[in-house]
Amino acid sequence: MSHEFLQILWFILIAVLWVGFYFLEGFDFGVGMLLPFLGRKDEERRAIINSIGATWDGNEVWLLTAGGATFAAFPQWYATMFSGFYLALFLLLVALILRGISFEYRSKDANPTWRATFDWMIAIGSFLAALLLGVAFANLAEGVPINAKMMYTGNLFTLLNPYGLIGGLTTVSVFLLHGANFLSLKLDGKLRERTNAFAGKIYIAAVVLSLVLLITTYIYTDIYAHLGLNPGIIPIVGLAALFVSGYFIHRRQEGWAFISVAVNIVFTLVTFFMIMFPRVMISTTDPAYSLTIYNASSSAYTLSVMSVVALIFVPIVLIYQGWTYYMFRKRIMTEKETLVY
Amino acid sequence: MDPLILSRWQFALTTVYHFLFVPLTLGLGWFVAFMQTRYYQTRDKTFQQMAKFWGKLFLINFAIGVVTGIVQEFQFGMNWSEYSRFVGDIFGAPLAVEALLAFFMESTFLGIWIFGEGKVPEKVHLAAIWLAAIGSNLSALWILLANGWMQHPVGYVIDPTTGRPMLNDFFALVTNMKGWLFFGHTITAGLVTASFLILGVSAYHIVRNKNVDFFKRSFQMGAVVGLVAILLVILDGDSQGKYVYETQPMKMASIEALWDTEQPASFSILTIGDLSGKKEVWSLRVPYVTSLLACNNPGCQVQGVNDIQAQYQQQYGLGDYVPLMVFTYWGFRLMIAAGFLMAILSILFLLAMRRDIAKARWMKWVPWVIVLPYIANICGWLVTEMGRQPWIVQGLLKVQDAVSPNLTTVDLLISLIGYVVVYGALAVADFYLMKKYAVLGPDAAMHESVDAAPTVIGAQD
Repeated sequence: MSHEFLQILWFILIAVLWVGFYFLEGFDFGVGMLLPFLGRKDEERRAIINSIGATWDGNEVWLLTAGGATFAAFPQWYATMFSGFYLALFLLLVALILRGISFEYRSKDANPTWRATFDWMIAIGSFLAALLLGVAFANLAEGVPINAKMMYTGNLFTLLNPYGLIGGLTTVSVFLLHGANFLSLKLDGKLRERTNAFAGKIYIAAVVLSLVLLITTYIYTDIYAHLGLNPGIIPIVGLAALFVSGYFIHRRQEGWAFISVAVNIVFTLVTFFMIMFPRVMISTTDPAYSLTIYNASSSAYTLSVMSVVALIFVPIVLIYQGWTYYMFRKRIMTEKETLVY
Repeated sequence: MDPLILSRWQFALTTVYHFLFVPLTLGLGWFVAFMQTRYYQTRDKTFQQMAKFWGKLFLINFAIGVVTGIVQEFQFGMNWSEYSRFVGDIFGAPLAVEALLAFFMESTFLGIWIFGEGKVPEKVHLAAIWLAAIGSNLSALWILLANGWMQHPVGYVIDPTTGRPMLNDFFALVTNMKGWLFFGHTITAGLVTASFLILGVSAYHIVRNKNVDFFKRSFQMGAVVGLVAILLVILDGDSQGKYVYETQPMKMASIEALWDTEQPASFSILTIGDLSGKKEVWSLRVPYVTSLLACNNPGCQVQGVNDIQAQYQQQYGLGDYVPLMVFTYWGFRLMIAAGFLMAILSILFLLAMRRDIAKARWMKWVPWVIVLPYIANICGWLVTEMGRQPWIVQGLLKVQDAVSPNLTTVDLLISLIGYVVVYGALAVADFYLMKKYAVLGPDAAMHESVDAAPTVIGAQD
């Protein structure tokens, strides 16, 4: 296999990992943000947490694998992005730490203050993580200052520009919608009513912000001048799916509502990776300094070894993770249910 | 303050902290899987209670290992971008394999284990804890192969244009003896850590005459596994010593505070150094022992720090190639002392079990043994990591050339202080819960949550 083929393959694989992460952890973040607002009593909060309890950690591994795969396949991308977005990633790590520990610890003590503290840490951690991921991806599309040595020359505030913040807020709103749809599928009774009503409201914000993101993408990014791959109708289908989800939410067709928002998330990310290709980090200092899959990658040997590993293990992981969702497919609020967390 | 120093402190603190939780996860997982298997085979309720009680402590500890592990994977790129660029062709691969092979496995199956009881078939529930235990130990293997490569680089050629190592033999990386010796040492140390936690907590309850049968059986299990595991730790450690002699002579010399090349080499029982930690003032030595430890031959030659320093200056250019000996020397001795103390204690515990240990007066002191493996674990890593300074990759890249050049002192102060605050708070919460559930005993662990029976909720509100 040629080096170029492997570089493209790994670009696709990393895109798949991010898509998987956004789809899966997207609703986990949404559920986390909604926790203190939708769950008014302790049992309700526990039911909400239990809806993702068995699977959130596995979902987060998609992020770790995306990070590890980026290091292995495109070390220059990994080095530039992780050192460049230093403080943003530090905040993301703190958010993930506080959120992760809270799932495990909140129900291990009956003290109401203890529980309320961890519940809010879940909500704030989820919000911060969603916001920062959105900011980071918007900045990747927009481009950041990178010098001839592949070194990021901006700071945290460089990332907090208007387009970055629009990306962040859009991500938060879509994840909230995704999480509400997921909860509507997993809960019952009053809580199900409440999440459905919330989905109807946040839907409007998600649509408005997604439209703003689309329009500003033409203003802030260089896709006119330098379009990687033409995504064709993919972004339009993605946006249309988001529109349609409102109809399903209104009609209480929870499964279809969930699927249509999922389509929106997947297609938006696919669009992102297509317009980036073959660049992985765009330099606003000089387009020639941009990192591409060709100048940022590992050797053909490393990539082929990693390809063999990935081709064997990715399907296995998909099978057992999928099987987990199948096993825990029942709604949480049945009579016999016990709440673990 | 120098960003390099701050990055080093941050890496050291976050890594040592992470490894406070990892060994217990590695070892206790096997115990819980074994206990649950025994329940499955015998239907003995005590085994079920054991799996639940020790499983609870396993989970409280596991959670911090997981969340602090994310930092580990990200900080290579965040703080050590030049390192990441330099070794990316090699080091990223085991890390990615670790995530794909091990992280998915442990997190997914642990989720099934926590939530699956009563919902999935009992066999599946049992398989889940085994797979979670295997997954976490597999993750140790891959990260230690990665670390083994940094200590003893294999399977690469230097790219003539970039000067960077390029992987040319993945099999050599996977079979690197350094990594496998680390792995053997680490998983057995994990079993020791778990055994001594079990011994300590069990003693606490036995002294108070609570759930005596439950805790006597746990105590016995801890003593047996603890003894076997600590002996394996020592054996593996001995092999490691010989391998360090071959591959990292400077580390060997600095562990032994051996200044000048000796044949045969003596073993220092006590060496007092000056404040720089790199010069000797006075020492008490036993002849032949270091030679014996290094190459199984009391007469062989062991190189001293001064000679290796001179040789490295010729080979790699001017510079200080001597590690901070005060850490390697004392860290090693503290580790060994804790290790042998644990071996002796395990034997004594086993002998004592032949009589009624509940009546033994010394039992009230046994909970303190819990700290011994932690001392050994931390000292071991300090020795192995500080012993290869100034190298980040032995012979190929120095730590000072590995740090991210774009980070400022302010960036690093924010993150360092942030980690200290967050990790400190986590430690308090973890210690509180561990102690609470350890003291509450098996009855509380049988309930999934502390607030008694889980509330059934439906549409009634």
